[in-house]
Amino acid sequence: MKKQALSDRRKFILTMARGFGLATMGGFIWSAFLDEATASQLTLRPPAALSEDDFLKTCIKCGLCVEACPYDTLSLAKPGDDKPLGTPFFVPRDVPCYMCPDIPCVPVCPTGALDQSSVTTNGILDIKSADMGLAVVDEESCIAFWGIQCDACYRACPILGQAITIEYQKNERTGKHAFMKPVVHSDACTGCGLCEHACVTEKAAIQILPRELAQGKAGNYYIKGWDKEDEKRLKNAKEIKSTTEISKQKAADKLNGDLLEDLYE
Amino acid sequence: MKKVWNNYRYLILRRVTQIGLLFLYFGANIWGWTLLRGDLSASMILDTVPMSDPYALLQMFSAGALLASDVLIGALIVTLFYFLIGGRAFCSWVCPINMVTDFAEFVRELIGMNQLTGVKQPASRNLRYWVLGLSLIVSAVMGVAAFEFISPISMMHRGIVFGIGFGWAAVTIIFLFDLFVLRHGWCGHICPLGGFYSLLGKFSFIRVHHSEEKCTLCMKCKVVCPENQVLHMIGKESLPVLSGECTNCARCIEVCDDDALNFSIRNIMQSKKTGE
Repeated sequence: MKKQALSDRRKFILTMARGFGLATMGGFIWSAFLDEATASQLTLRPPAALSEDDFLKTCIKCGLCVEACPYDTLSLAKPGDDKPLGTPFFVPRDVPCYMCPDIPCVPVCPTGALDQSSVTTNGILDIKSADMGLAVVDEESCIAFWGIQCDACYRACPILGQAITIEYQKNERTGKHAFMKPVVHSDACTGCGLCEHACVTEKAAIQILPRELAQGKAGNYYIKGWDKEDEKRLKNAKEIKSTTEISKQKAADKLNGDLLEDLYE
Repeated sequence: MKKVWNNYRYLILRRVTQIGLLFLYFGANIWGWTLLRGDLSASMILDTVPMSDPYALLQMFSAGALLASDVLIGALIVTLFYFLIGGRAFCSWVCPINMVTDFAEFVRELIGMNQLTGVKQPASRNLRYWVLGLSLIVSAVMGVAAFEFISPISMMHRGIVFGIGFGWAAVTIIFLFDLFVLRHGWCGHICPLGGFYSLLGKFSFIRVHHSEEKCTLCMKCKVVCPENQVLHMIGKESLPVLSGECTNCARCIEVCDDDALNFSIRNIMQSKKTGE
């Protein structure tokens, strides 16, 4: 058959169809890559960072926070760091956050991905209200839990005596010594990582995790009934209704109905 | 020496600008200079004047981000500059990838790649507008600025300022793609940032102007131009280059031995034209 020249209309339709096909393919591959590339949950962010989802939306990856940090704590994720590309993070075991009172990394953020209002108390910058993560103690590798005297993390904590306290307990093994166990208090801990940095074990027995990862959530069905404040949460609890074959009828009807009939058959 | 300057003056100026800007950004991170902090996504001049990438902002809006005023003002400043004055000058005067793709083109000429592949290109230059549109859709669906997570421009620029990691691989991909797969492949066909500035820079004042009466039809300009479809008027009509795809790199001006191409300001030139 002789090859015919395409009309303009057909050419246009062909171009559009090709573009649509390529764009759909490209779009799915692109989206799948982004989904993987932003999935890392173990990233510790600078103080005052928005929640991870909003932070990834809002951070423009300019590195102004990185440049503002006087301790070189922060770096921008490079290809190969396995963190969302170009976003600022820190590794406390290498360099922790030294909790500068003037928080130089936050006001320089041009997009608001670091939200100054979240570290401001009564109009004054307050680094103690920052929430970069939460220290978690591994009781099996922490030598204080073995009975060896160590309070390196307790001493290193910039919120001394509040974020980490030492709990005394009798050492039954020796019968005459005490365990001095470090206990982290989540309401005071900012996740600065000075404890992780100071920890004497080969791999730190106290580590900072993003709060989302470190903490569970009891939900509204479990209430401290002895606590007036906590009891208020009960208001938020919602009823769950589920229907199965049996629960369609009232329990009594069910028992007096089908089941009885079944018996007499 | 004078001939070298005459034939490469804009190229030299462009390299000085590109490397100079990189150096300022680099110095800000390493030595704490304040002249130009940040990177090409967003930066601060002397800690007072913000600048930011309007295309990145567009993606962030599309992703549904609420942004602070600094970055909005910054994007406005950059947008106005390229819209009114620079045109698509970002691509040839600022972007570090331009040095990579120019080098690829240089090697192509050197090894005779361009003679081998001929004039006909296997891909459309409109691809970049498809990528541009797609980037906004993917941003909206995935809730993050889509291109900013894969941009080799940012990887290279951020890499030079803050440490590159495996970013060199992205730069190598671009180089090899331009060298062996598609001539002017990245900057001239795919890059959505180039597409964005092509649309934005369409109306800027600074334009390359062609005078047909001086032209001797040597076509050196068409050979050297990375977006040579914009030079359709060569030897036919005295016209300014009106397409936004022209990067104002001025290579055509410096290779022209007949003074048939020059920079001009749009308005003055147009009034001259009506006076003829």
